[in-house]
Amino acid sequence: MIELNHYLTVAALLFTLGICGIILNRKNIIIILMSVELILLAVNINLVAFSSFLGDLTGQVFSLFILTVAAAEAAIGLAILVTYYRNRGSIAVEDINMMKG
Amino acid sequence: MTVASAFFYLFSSVMIASAFMVIAARNPVHSVLFLILAFVNASGLFILLGAEFLAMILVVVYVGAVAVLFLFVVMMLDVDFAELKQGFLQYLPVGALIGVIVAIELVLVVGGFTPSSATLAAARAPTPPDVSNTMALGLVLYTKHVYFFQAAGMILLTAMIGAIVLTLRHKPDVKRQDISEQNARTREEAMEIRKVPSRTGV
Repeated sequence: MIELNHYLTVAALLFTLGICGIILNRKNIIIILMSVELILLAVNINLVAFSSFLGDLTGQVFSLFILTVAAAEAAIGLAILVTYYRNRGSIAVEDINMMKG
Repeated sequence: MTVASAFFYLFSSVMIASAFMVIAARNPVHSVLFLILAFVNASGLFILLGAEFLAMILVVVYVGAVAVLFLFVVMMLDVDFAELKQGFLQYLPVGALIGVIVAIELVLVVGGFTPSSATLAAARAPTPPDVSNTMALGLVLYTKHVYFFQAAGMILLTAMIGAIVLTLRHKPDVKRQDISEQNARTREEAMEIRKVPSRTGV
């Protein structure tokens, strides 16, 4: 029988993979954005699992709002990325220092 | 082992494996495709949990919009991804160390969690017994959380305007029709009458 702990463990592993992705691919901002999406997915799994096992719909409503914010974040992030690539011809994270004084 | 348990282990193992491949794949296009696989399996988990509406929204919004946007950007930018992959082995020890520590801490914390009966009794929006998940969600979302719903709409509007403003580009040497400027022209500024002397030209 699958309990709440199983879902929480899966979400914890997914969250950890997202953190590792940010640390390992710290030069490639596209992979960093994808890792952020993985982290938000882990949070969503936690919220939906709690909502289902506690019989409270508020978790699913909150998960819907997290989905909205994640979509907005991806759209803005990729738009900034495209603009940056047009200006510099590179997307390496260490090149992002144009605003340094 | 019941069918539901078997599907739980199937979905979660494929999801974890594809999430690993997202951060380990050499080619970013493969990363995006593995991200899509992870989202599809997560939506399977949501269906197992009884959240059908969120499962479908996950497929529509994430796979249909966000992942395709990622794919579009990865293919549009002509970037040398092999060069970006260089520090991977250098960061591997510290990354693996932090990952193992975070995983152990999280599993230790959530592994022994059991909700008490007081928590179960304190549900703010208890699931109605005889309606579908989508209808129950709608009943809560449009009544109790209507202001948050409107705020979510504002966030999406802001994101849309921001993305358009950031990526819209006017090339300076392209002639475009400007209707307001055309309508604002008067006869005085549009026409000019000159006396041309004979055999000299303008």
